[in-house]
Amino acid sequence: MTQPPLTVPGLEDVYDALATAIDQVGPEKAELFLVKLALLNANALGDPALVRAHVAAAARDL
Amino acid sequence: MHQPHAEPRRSIYYQYRVFDAWLPSAHPPQPQLPATGELDAPVVITGAGPIGLVAALELARHGVRSVLLESERQVSEGSRAIVFTRRSMEILQQVGVADRISQNGLPWRFGNSIYKGQRVFRMEAPHDADDRFFPMINLQQQYLEEYLVDAVRAQPLIDLRWGNRVTAVTPQAHGVTLTVDTPEGPYSLGTPWLVAADGARSGIRSLLDLKLEGASYEGKFVIADIRIDLPLPTERLAFFDPDWNPGNTVLMHREPHGIWRIDYQLPPGETPEQALAPESLKARIDAQLALIGHGGTPWDMDWCSVYSARALTLPDYVHGRVLFTGDAAHMLPIFGVRGANTGWQDAQGLMWRLAMVRKGLAPARLLDVYSQERVGAAREIIDEAGKSTRFMTPPTRGFRLLRDAVLSLSLSQPFVGPLYHWRTSRPHEYTHSTANATGDDHLLFKAGPGHGAPPQNVHLGPDDFLLDHVDHSFTLLYFAQGHALPAPLLAAVQRWRARGFPLRVVAVGSATPVAGADETLADAQGRVRQRYGVQAGGAAYLLRPDQHVCARWMALDPTRLDAALNTATAQPGDLS
Repeated sequence: MTQPPLTVPGLEDVYDALATAIDQVGPEKAELFLVKLALLNANALGDPALVRAHVAAAARDL
Repeated sequence: MHQPHAEPRRSIYYQYRVFDAWLPSAHPPQPQLPATGELDAPVVITGAGPIGLVAALELARHGVRSVLLESERQVSEGSRAIVFTRRSMEILQQVGVADRISQNGLPWRFGNSIYKGQRVFRMEAPHDADDRFFPMINLQQQYLEEYLVDAVRAQPLIDLRWGNRVTAVTPQAHGVTLTVDTPEGPYSLGTPWLVAADGARSGIRSLLDLKLEGASYEGKFVIADIRIDLPLPTERLAFFDPDWNPGNTVLMHREPHGIWRIDYQLPPGETPEQALAPESLKARIDAQLALIGHGGTPWDMDWCSVYSARALTLPDYVHGRVLFTGDAAHMLPIFGVRGANTGWQDAQGLMWRLAMVRKGLAPARLLDVYSQERVGAAREIIDEAGKSTRFMTPPTRGFRLLRDAVLSLSLSQPFVGPLYHWRTSRPHEYTHSTANATGDDHLLFKAGPGHGAPPQNVHLGPDDFLLDHVDHSFTLLYFAQGHALPAPLLAAVQRWRARGFPLRVVAVGSATPVAGADETLADAQGRVRQRYGVQAGGAAYLLRPDQHVCARWMALDPTRLDAALNTATAQPGDLS
C-alpha cells in the first residue's frame, strides 16, 4: 500500500464521523455497525494480510 | 427374528411396493468361509439405498456377482435426497437409469438468496453446450431407488434380498462371516468381501466399533415435503433471518408431482418432538408461505423429519475385507447436496477396483488407493461445508455478528453476496493420487482435464455425447494419426486384454474407422480435440473405469501406456 496516511485534519474528520455515527446508531446496534464498517474497509483495502495486521493491532492494549 | 414393515409406507403421491422377504429355507445352503484360502462367492453389499444399488450395478458391469442385503422390504421413506448433480447423472448414466431420471426430474441451475424480501445473491450454475446433463436435477429418492431397483432386478449377477438384516459381523483375514436375520430367523453367510453401504447409521460400522472423526453442529433442521400448487420456477430459494424464524435459515426446493421441500432451522433448544408436532409444523409452514406471498394456499403434508448437520468421516474406508462407502463412510452436511452425490463417487471409485482385485487382476492394495482418494475428498468437503455451516448456523457470538453484518451489508453492497453461496457438490479431482501416471506428458497440456480430473463431456451430434461412448473399461482416447493404430501400440493393448484387463480404444478425429480401435469418432469440428487440448495426432488420454483421467500424452508409445496402466492398478512390478 503506497497511499499516504490520513492528514491530521482528515483523521480529525474520521474521528468525529465515527463518534457521531456510534452515538446515532445507539448501544444496541453499535457492534453490528462497526463490523459492517470493518468489512467495507476491508473490501476497500483488498488485502487480507493487511486486514489481519489491523485486527492484531486493534486487539492490542484493550 | 427380524420383522420389517409389511405394510406399504404412507405417501400422498408415491405408491410403495412391498417386496417378498428373501427366506433362507427357500434357497440352497449359503456360502461359508473356509478355514483358509479364498472363498469363491459373491461380494456382499449391505444396504439397498442409492449407494448400495449403484455399487451392485457397477460390480455387475464388471461381471462380478453380488448379494445385496436390505433390511426393509420397500424403498426409502420420504423424499430424502432430492437434488442430483451433473456428475451424479454421468455416473447414473453408466448404470442405465439416467434417462428415467431425466424424463421425470426437474432440472435447474439458479439459486436465490433472499433477505428482508430482497434477492441479495443469485447463483447461476454454468451449463456448457458440451454437457448432456443439467447442473442439478430434482427427483424424490423413492423414484430414484425404484429405477435402480428395476435395473438391479433385471441384472442376473445381483441377488437382492429384501428383509435381510445383518446382526453380526466376523471379519477374518480372507473374508467376512455375517449373521443375517430374516422374518424366519437368522442364517450365516460368508463372503470374500463386504461392502458397507448401509447409510449414516451404518450397522456394520457400529458392529465393528469404528469411530468417525470430525464435528457435529448444533443446528437442527426440519425437512418437510408438502403438496402445494405454487407458480414458481425450479430454482433453489434460501431465506435468511425471516421474520417468523429470526436468525435462522429456510430453504425451498421444487420437486416433481407438485411437491415442495421446505427445510427450516429450529430455534436452539427445541427438541425434534416439539418441532414435528403438527401444530408447530403448520404454523411455521403457513408463515413461510405468507413470507413468499402465498399465504393461505392450501397444502398437504407428505413427510417430515429432523436433520442435524454433521461433518464426519472414517479416517480409512478399508478395514481388511470390509469396505465402506457413502454415508456409512462419512456424514456430510446437506447444504450443497453432498450426501448421495458424494456417495456415488465413492461407489464408482471403489467398484472397478474391487472387481479387479476380485478377479486377481490387481493386488488388494489397489483398494487403499480408493480409500486415500475418497477420504481426501470427504475431508475437502468437510472443510468447505464447515464454512457454509458457519454462515448458516453461526457457532459463536463472533460468527453470528459477522453473519448479521453480512446480511445487513448485502442489501446495498453486492461484494458480500458470494458469502451466501455455499459450495455445491462437485466431482473431486484426484490431482495427487498415486494412480496418476508419472512419466506422461500431463504438464505439457494447456487445456483439457488434468491428472485425476473427471472427464470433460463433449457434444458430438444430436443426442450424442462423448461420455456415451465410454463404459466400465479403461478408455484410451486415442487421437488418430492415420487409418490404423500403430502396430506396437495395438500389440500392447492386445497384451493387456489377453490378461483380462478391460481396456477399450476410442479413436478420435477420423472420418473413417481407425483399424485396431473399438470405435472411431469423426470429431469433424475438432471439438473433442479442442476440449482436450490436443493439437496433433498421436496424442491420447487414459480414463480409468470411473472415467477420471490417469494419464495423457502428446505422443503415446506402448511403453508409457504399460507404465500408466501398471500405476493406475497398483501393480507390484512391470506386468507388461
